[in-house]
Amino acid sequence: MSVRRGVEVSIAVAEAAGFCDVDVVAAYPITPQTHIVEHLASLVADGHLDAEFVPVESEHAAMSACCGSAAAGARTFTATSSQGLALMHEVLFIAAALRLPMVMVVANRALSGPINIWNDHSDIMTERDVGWIALFAENGQEATDLVPICHRISEDPRVQLPVMLNFDGFIVSHMIEPIEQLSKEEIKTFLPDFAPVQRLDIDNPFTMGPVGMPNVYTEAKMAGEHAIRASYEPIVEIFKDFGDKFGRYYNPVESYRTDGADIIFVMMGAITETAMTWVDAQRDAGTKVGIVRFRLWRPLPADDFKKAVAGAKVLAILDRHFSPGGPGGPVAQEVKYTLYGTDNAPKIVEVVVGLGGRDVFPEDFDDIYKRAEAVLNGAPVPPFELTQVRGGHYGKI
Amino acid sequence: MSRQSPTPKWQELSLGCATTEPGSSRYQQTGDWRSERPTWKWENCIKCAVCTVFCPEGCIHMNADNYPQVDLTYCKGCAICVAECWTGCITMEEEKE
Repeated sequence: MSVRRGVEVSIAVAEAAGFCDVDVVAAYPITPQTHIVEHLASLVADGHLDAEFVPVESEHAAMSACCGSAAAGARTFTATSSQGLALMHEVLFIAAALRLPMVMVVANRALSGPINIWNDHSDIMTERDVGWIALFAENGQEATDLVPICHRISEDPRVQLPVMLNFDGFIVSHMIEPIEQLSKEEIKTFLPDFAPVQRLDIDNPFTMGPVGMPNVYTEAKMAGEHAIRASYEPIVEIFKDFGDKFGRYYNPVESYRTDGADIIFVMMGAITETAMTWVDAQRDAGTKVGIVRFRLWRPLPADDFKKAVAGAKVLAILDRHFSPGGPGGPVAQEVKYTLYGTDNAPKIVEVVVGLGGRDVFPEDFDDIYKRAEAVLNGAPVPPFELTQVRGGHYGKI
Repeated sequence: MSRQSPTPKWQELSLGCATTEPGSSRYQQTGDWRSERPTWKWENCIKCAVCTVFCPEGCIHMNADNYPQVDLTYCKGCAICVAECWTGCITMEEEKE
């Protein structure tokens, strides 16, 4: 029976990985992910978890070791942040291309420079194209629940892809929250033993990762594209099974108080919690505003998103990263892609907030709302803007 | 499912593009990387076979007359045979097409 208790989210996530009975953890500590791997190392050292903990010399080695262990058919877990994720970069593509099931937690943190250990989404957003399934949790309960869900998705015979679970560094990872932690026995009823579709086997030898010459590379990429798009159905099914078993239902896209909303805020991660408090106050005052949040980011749940924002006249999109010299933030870019050419598409107001740990307060939502409201009342759509910057963003696109 | 042809459809690839059966060099024809091909001056060849030993592709073999013969389907034109040949009877000729 699961117990609700106050616990640091990193510890709860590490325990959830332990209760998933992972076989191999290969990880290198980096702020703000450190407590997750430290706790897993303790669980292994103290004999609570029968797993191989590989204390590698870098994140590049961590992801390489994870590829090896997944190829050998072991349930594999790792965690990282920021520069660590960047150091894994080239190996991330390989894990996906070789269709190696594994779960990686990313406690999202800004990338240098200037060096900054605090939270934004620049680490994950620069790894959008690696071919991994990617999810974003907004709080500790969700992060903890998504650990067994991610393992089940990753290992599903129809999926067989690595899965990345993101949540905001410090803001979620270091928060002490009341969390209803599933027991090992409960997780066992949801997550079957890992039965890899293909694994290294001396009695049945084959070559994993051979050269893909120009005559086959395009086909290999198409196979990967198909695999991640086709993972949508199993993901939804697994979310539902989790809900049926444990009572907490998760969806690829979450909506909050969007009924009849003229303006919908779109965002990911923990700032949604602040936004919900803000929206409650706005709704009490009669303002028709709601929130839509991506939980699933890859594969991009475009149809769910279109349904969620149907009827809205203006979308205010909050990004936690942007492409310098480019077209603004990634969430806004992808939402525009999703809605381009659809009838009655809402206008889009893009803002970039919460960079490198800058707090996002309810007053920031007031400020963004004013911009969206002006567009709702017929003002021209402004270019993307760093609304929290001192000195003013010159607003060019 | 295993890839049996040089031009498979994406649906025909094995999981993760793995090579699941031996003999993949039948369709991995690496010879098209070559910009120069080794050419023998037969009157100087002493049939020592050192070129067959040093060829990293293993694509030179001795023919029925005991002269070396290169399989251009796999020769990448690395010229190691030229460097190793004792009599200097191999030269690299530019590929014309």
